[in-house]
Amino acid sequence: MSMSTIFTLLAKGMMISVEIFFFTLLFSLPLGLLVSFGRMSKNFLVRSLVKIYIAVMRGTPLMLQLLVVYFGPFYLFGMKISSGYRFVAVIIAFSINYAAYFAEIYRSGIESISVGQYEAAKILGYNKVQTFFKIIFPQVVKRILPPVTNETITLVKDTSLASVIAMSEMFTIAKQISAKETTIMPLMLAGIFYFIFNYLVAFVMEYIEKKFRYFR
Amino acid sequence: MNLVKISHMKKRFGELEVLSDISLEVKKGEVVSIIGPSGSGKSTLLRCATLLEQMDGGSLSYKGEKVVWEENGKVITASHAETKRISRTFGLVFQNFNLFPHYTVLKNIMDAPVSVDKVPKKEARERAMTLLRQLGLEDKADAYPYQLSGGQQQRVSIARALALQPQVLFFDEPTSALDPELTGEVLKVIKELARQHMTMIIVTHEMKFAKEVSDRIIFMEGGVIVEEGSPDQLFTSQNLRVQEFIGKLES
Repeated sequence: MSMSTIFTLLAKGMMISVEIFFFTLLFSLPLGLLVSFGRMSKNFLVRSLVKIYIAVMRGTPLMLQLLVVYFGPFYLFGMKISSGYRFVAVIIAFSINYAAYFAEIYRSGIESISVGQYEAAKILGYNKVQTFFKIIFPQVVKRILPPVTNETITLVKDTSLASVIAMSEMFTIAKQISAKETTIMPLMLAGIFYFIFNYLVAFVMEYIEKKFRYFR
Repeated sequence: MNLVKISHMKKRFGELEVLSDISLEVKKGEVVSIIGPSGSGKSTLLRCATLLEQMDGGSLSYKGEKVVWEENGKVITASHAETKRISRTFGLVFQNFNLFPHYTVLKNIMDAPVSVDKVPKKEARERAMTLLRQLGLEDKADAYPYQLSGGQQQRVSIARALALQPQVLFFDEPTSALDPELTGEVLKVIKELARQHMTMIIVTHEMKFAKEVSDRIIFMEGGVIVEEGSPDQLFTSQNLRVQEFIGKLES
């Protein structure tokens, strides 16, 4: 296999990894906010169900969750799994897993805002939705950026777990080429890719943090 | 007519009875100061009157409209919409300002009028700038709260409350979080408001200020009003506890 073929194949895998990354963030960030509301709900049933959900998502391996989401429909309901479902299953599994982690990060941020902010908003007549989105949320975002960066960096590396259901992302392809050509080089290239990707993630997040420095 | 009317207000936190039986009426244009030792229930009274706390008994009304009342021993609060409407009557200035840190001074003042009262932006901005000019903070319009001194922050929070044009303004120890050096500038603003006949109910530890600015002073202790009267009456009170408290703070 020529070097250029290897590069082309790896580049294709890289695109899939990047897609998994972006779609997961796209769905898990808003979903996590919703989950955090459930986690802080005054309703005992809602709160308990969400607590169980978070416990399962954090307490079991993401790799296992991937397998369950991908093969579950077949084993549980005898449904035929189409090849197109593979990518969907990856996005579902990653999104519901990361939403659980993001939910707890949101919760830590929301609970760190002083009650005085809510009281001031109430006295000034803001309704609950305005209070949250205009007053509370911007302050929450500033505070949770560092842990979100952590989670995002972990996500980049976790995309490689999709190889467990043979998703042809970067890591799967690197492993296959490596086995076929008996060389470690493709895996090394994959490693460099993850490193550069995360370097960019950290750079972008630092930029966003700086953007939020206008207030304290 | 009374602008604010509190009758037999009661409030307890678990076992602790914070307000035993408070009745208070405030007329338009009146300035009332509430003094008393810590834990006497002054702040709780203010928080119940501004609906930040739910009272456990008694009634509360603004301009003759009931917000909270008792029916067959149960405490009833007016409907959400009614409460919201009647709440526009009052404003509250907090001890620790509670400005919105991510908004500029100008936005802190004009955002509620725009978002809540649907005042056109241009008008809200003009109103905010007028207030800032009156408070001598014109040049701070684009600053963020963290860039201001405590005294400046408190003046902004007064402007923020005034921007909604309340008919009565509550102050919860407005200078307690400030250096002695900075209290003066805040007290000056409140005095100016008193001169303009703004109706105000002020919880404070500043005896000299209370004496100067108030039409009436209320001394609270242990969840009840111990003594009430004009500043002269209070400062010449025969009540030993009142004498002791005032003496301690004045010296």
